[in-house]
Amino acid sequence: MNSFFSTNLPKFGQVIIAIAGFFAVLLLIFYIAGKANGRKQRPIAIITLLGPAMVLLFAGLIIPAIQTILFSFKDANSVKFIGFRNYAWLFNNADMRKVFFNTMLWIVITPFATTALGLFLAIMLDRMKRESLAKSLLFMPMAISFVGASVIWKFVYDYAVPSKPQTGLLSTIVRSLGFAPSNWILTQPLNTFLLMIIFIWVQTGFAMVILSAAIKAVPADIVEASALDGAFGWRLFRWITFPMVRSTFIVVLATMLVTSLKLFDIVRTMTGGNFGTSVISNEMYSEVFVRFDTGRGSALAVILFVFVTPILVYNIRNLRRERTIA
Amino acid sequence: MIVRRKGLLAYVGVGIVSLLATFITTVAPADAAINCNKVIGSGYAQLKGKTVTMFTSILDPELSKYQKALASFTTCTGIKVKMEGSNQFEALLPVRVKGGNAPDIAIIPQPGLLAQMVATGKAVVAPAKTLANVNKYWSAGWKGYGSVKGKFYASPNSANMKSLVWYSPKQFAKAGYSVPTTWNQMIALADKMAAASQTAFCGGIGSGGATGWPATDWLEEVVVRQFGAKVYADWISHKVKFSDPKIIAAMNTVSNWMKNPKYVGDVKAIATTTFQSAGLGIPSGSCMMLQQASFYAAQYPAGTDVSKNGDVWAFYLPAISPSVKTPVEGGGEFFAAFSKRPEVQELQNYLSTPQWAINRIATAGPGGGWLSANSGVPLSAYKNPLDQLSAKYLADKKSTFVFDASDAMPAAVGAGTEWTQLTSWFADGKSTADVAKAIDDSWPAS
Amino acid sequence: MSTVKIADANPGRKLFSTKFATSVVWIITVFWTVPTFGLFASSFRNKQDIFLSGWWNIFVAPNLTLGNYRAVLFGSSSSTLSDGVLPYLMNSIVITIPAVIFPVMIATMAAYCLAWVKFKGSDALFFFIFALQVVPIQMSLVPLLQLFTGGAHIGGVTIIPKLGIAGEFAGIWLPHTMFALPLAIYLLHNFIASLPRDLMEAAHVDGANHFKVFRQIVIPLSIPAIAAFAIFQFLWVWNDLLVALTFASGTEEVAPINVKLASLVGQWGSGWETLTAGAFVTIAIPLLVFFSLQRFFVRGLLAGSVK
Repeated sequence: MNSFFSTNLPKFGQVIIAIAGFFAVLLLIFYIAGKANGRKQRPIAIITLLGPAMVLLFAGLIIPAIQTILFSFKDANSVKFIGFRNYAWLFNNADMRKVFFNTMLWIVITPFATTALGLFLAIMLDRMKRESLAKSLLFMPMAISFVGASVIWKFVYDYAVPSKPQTGLLSTIVRSLGFAPSNWILTQPLNTFLLMIIFIWVQTGFAMVILSAAIKAVPADIVEASALDGAFGWRLFRWITFPMVRSTFIVVLATMLVTSLKLFDIVRTMTGGNFGTSVISNEMYSEVFVRFDTGRGSALAVILFVFVTPILVYNIRNLRRERTIA
Repeated sequence: MIVRRKGLLAYVGVGIVSLLATFITTVAPADAAINCNKVIGSGYAQLKGKTVTMFTSILDPELSKYQKALASFTTCTGIKVKMEGSNQFEALLPVRVKGGNAPDIAIIPQPGLLAQMVATGKAVVAPAKTLANVNKYWSAGWKGYGSVKGKFYASPNSANMKSLVWYSPKQFAKAGYSVPTTWNQMIALADKMAAASQTAFCGGIGSGGATGWPATDWLEEVVVRQFGAKVYADWISHKVKFSDPKIIAAMNTVSNWMKNPKYVGDVKAIATTTFQSAGLGIPSGSCMMLQQASFYAAQYPAGTDVSKNGDVWAFYLPAISPSVKTPVEGGGEFFAAFSKRPEVQELQNYLSTPQWAINRIATAGPGGGWLSANSGVPLSAYKNPLDQLSAKYLADKKSTFVFDASDAMPAAVGAGTEWTQLTSWFADGKSTADVAKAIDDSWPAS
Repeated sequence: MSTVKIADANPGRKLFSTKFATSVVWIITVFWTVPTFGLFASSFRNKQDIFLSGWWNIFVAPNLTLGNYRAVLFGSSSSTLSDGVLPYLMNSIVITIPAVIFPVMIATMAAYCLAWVKFKGSDALFFFIFALQVVPIQMSLVPLLQLFTGGAHIGGVTIIPKLGIAGEFAGIWLPHTMFALPLAIYLLHNFIASLPRDLMEAAHVDGANHFKVFRQIVIPLSIPAIAAFAIFQFLWVWNDLLVALTFASGTEEVAPINVKLASLVGQWGSGWETLTAGAFVTIAIPLLVFFSLQRFFVRGLLAGSVK
C-alpha cells in the first residue's frame, strides 16, 4: 500500500501544479493585457482571449484537416499523387452507394429524433417530482462506456435459433407475444433502424441535459407574467418557451448531426459494418486503420466535411437572422 | 505560450516518473541464484539499467506470463523489458510508428502488417545472431513470413495450430461416434448426426469489426487440403485468383460443409453468432463439432474438463487430397524491431533461441496454451496434452505447414474484403462467383 | 396541492394532465433503464449462464456470483486492489480533471471573444470553428504525435521545438483539450451570446475592461452552461480509449481505467463476461459527477438580470 501512495500521490501533484500553473498564467496575462488602454485595448483583448484556442485548434485540427485533404489525392501510403482516383473508386463502388444511403438515413433521422425526444423530456421533467432521479436514469446511457453499451444491446438484439433458449430480450418479448423472432441484426433494412435506436438511447441524455439547462434559464418572471396574461399550455410553449430555447434547440440539433456523422463505434461493435449497415465514418476507420489505405480513408473524411456543409449554411443563416432581430 | 508552459510541465513530469522508475527497480527482488548459462544461454552483453519497450496485442493473463518468462533475462543481463498490450494494437502500431513514438520491439501477428511497418522505413533488419538462430531452428516457411522483400526482419514468437476440430468425447461416446480420420469420414459422421437430428457443426464468425475471420480460416483449411501448399502460396500472392476454378472448387467444399443447413441448421445465424460463443454448446451436445484453433480452449469456463475423455477435446481436421501430406494451418507472431540499440538486439537474439521458448512454455503452467514452432524445443517441454497434440503437428517435418493466408495477404483483402464478402456469403446468400469477383476486384494494384 | 401549483408554471406539461405527463415520463425512463438493468443483472452471472440463457432468468433461477467483479477489481493474478484496478482509476482521475478544466476555460474565453468582442470576420471564424467539429480525430492522431515527438519545422527552421510529452500525462491533456474546443466553443458561444446586452454595456460604462467583464459577469452567469459542457467533456475523457492509447501507453504509470478494462477481454476474447461488471465499476464516478454538477442547472440564475 505504501508503494501505491508513493507512485500515485506525485501524479496528483502533477495535476495540482498543472491547474495552478494554468490559472496563474491566465491571471497574469489578464492583468498585463488589462493594463493596455486606448486603441490597443481591443486587439490585445482579442489576441489574449482567442489566441490560446486558435493555437490549439491550429495544431490539433486545422493542420491535420489540410493534410487529410492532401492525402485524399494520394495513394494508400501517401507517396504518389493519383488525382481523383480515390474519389472515383468511392463513387463507382456499389457497396459504397449503400454506405452513402445509410449515412443519409442516419443524419436525417437520428438528430431530429434525439433532439425532439430530449426537448420533450426536458419540458416534461421540469419541476416534476423526483426530477433528478428520472434525469439521472435517462442520462445513464451517456455515462456508460461504449464497450459496456455494446454488451447491453447485444443482450437486447441477440438471436438464437428457435429450438434454443433465447438470450435476447427483443426475441423473447416477440415470442411471448406469439410471433416468430427474426435474426434482428441480419434483417435489412430493419437492422439500420435498430442501430439508430442505440444512438438515440445514448444521446438523448445529452439533448435533455442541455435543453433542460436552457429551459431553466428562461426567467421565471416571464413565464409567470405570461401565465397571468392567460397564456397556458401549448400557447405558452409555442410563443414563450420555445422561442427562448430555440437557439439552443438548433445548437443541440447541429451537434447531434455532427455526432451522428462521426459516430462509428455503434456500427463497428454491433455489425462490423456488415449486413448492409455500414456508414461513411466506419468505412473511413476501416480504410485507415484496418486496410491501411490512407488515401481512400482521407477521401471518405473529406466526404464527411461535404456532408456538414448544408448544416453549416443553415447555421450561418440562422445566426444572421437572430442578429438582425436583436 | 500555453504550449511552452505545458512543455515545461512535462519535464517536471519526466522527473517524477523517472524517480519513480528507479524506486520501483530498487524494490524489485534480485534473483541471483540462477545459472544464467543454463537458463538463457551464453554470450549476452551486460547492459545494466537499459530498458527495452515492447508493444503487443497479447493481453493479460498471457502478458504477465511473458513478463515472468523474461525475468531471468533481466536478472542475467540487467536489461529490463517493459511490455504493453492493447486490443487496439493493429490500429495503434502504425499510428505510433508514423508519429515517431515507435516501441523498440513490436510483436506483430500479421506478415501483412510487418510489410506495412517495413514500408514506413522505421523497422530495422534483424541482427546477425538472430538471423543465424532462425536459420538453425525454424523452417524456411516461417523465416519467409518474417522477411520482407528478401530481407529478414522478424523472428517468430509463438505459433498456434488452427487445423483442429473441437468435439465432446463424452457426447461422442454416448452416441457411439468415433473420431474421423479422413474428410469423407467426417462428412459421413455429420450425415449420421443429421439423421439423428443433431446439429453436426457449430459455427460463429461474429467478431465486431473483424467479423468474418473464422470463415477465412475455413476456406484456407480447404484450399491447402484440396490443392496443397504451392497453390496456397500462389493464392496469397494473387497468382491464383479467388475466381480461379481451384479456389471456387474449395469454396464449394466449404459451402457443402459449413453452409450446409443439414449440418449447421440456420446458416445465416453463423454470421451473427460470435466466434467466442460458437462452441460453448459442445459439452451439452447442442452442436457436435467446431473447427477452431488451439486457442479456443480458453473459451470454456473454469471447471470444464478439457481432456481426451472429458467434456471437450479436439481432433485433427482431416486431409482431403491424398497427395497433400498432413496439411496444417497455423498462425503466429513475429518480433519486429524499430531500434538498433544494443540492448534491443540482445533481446532479439534471446527471443530467437530455444531457451526462450522453453522458459516461456514453463511459465504457461499446467493449462498450457503457448506453442513454438522452434525445432530446438523438445516435445517434452509441453506439459499440457492439447499443446502436445498441436506441437506434434507444428513440429512435424513431414507435414504441409501453411500460414494463415488472410494475415499474409494485403490488408485491403485479408482484413477487408475477404472478411466482409465471406460474411455476406453466409449472411445474405451472396453467390460464390460474386463473392470471388468482389474480392479479386479489391486486390491492390501494386 | 402544491404540486399542482408548480405544474402550472410549467408550460409544456400543462399540455397534458399532470398525471398523464408524469406517467409518460416514467414509462420512457423505465424503457431507457431496462437494457442497462439487463447488463447489471448479467454482471452477477457466470459465463456459462450469460451465454446460454437470458438475463431475466435471474428472477427464476438466481445463481449469483461476484466472480466478474472480482476479476475486474483484483485482476486474475493478483489479490490486492493496488495491484488490480486502483492505479488505473487514479490515472483516470489524473487525466480527466485537467482535460476538463483546460478546454472549458479556453473555450469560454474564445466564446466570449467571438460573441462580444466582435471584429471583422469573427462570425466567419466562429463558423469555421464549428465546422472543425467534423474533422475526424483519427485523422489528427499521426500529425499531432509527430508534432509532439519531432516538433514542427519549415525548411531547416524550427517553428515549434519537440515537446517530448508523448507518454506523459501532459501529452494526454493537450490532445483532449484540442479536440474538445470546437464543440465547447460552439455550445458556450450560444449561451454567452444570449447574455443580456445592457449588463455588458453598463459594466463597460463603469470603466471595466474586457477581462473584468469576462471574470465578473460572463463566468458567473455562464455557470450552468459551463457545468453542462463540463459534464460531457468529463464523460468523453473518462470513456476515451483512443487518445490515451495513442499519446500515452497502456502501462500502469499513465493508462486510464478503460484501457485496463478493455484488456480484460483476453487476446482471443475469452474474458468477455467481465465487461458486464467493468461497465458498472467505471460508471460510478461519472454518475457522481453528474449528481454534483446537476445542482448548477437551477432556474433563476439569470432572473433579475434580464431587461
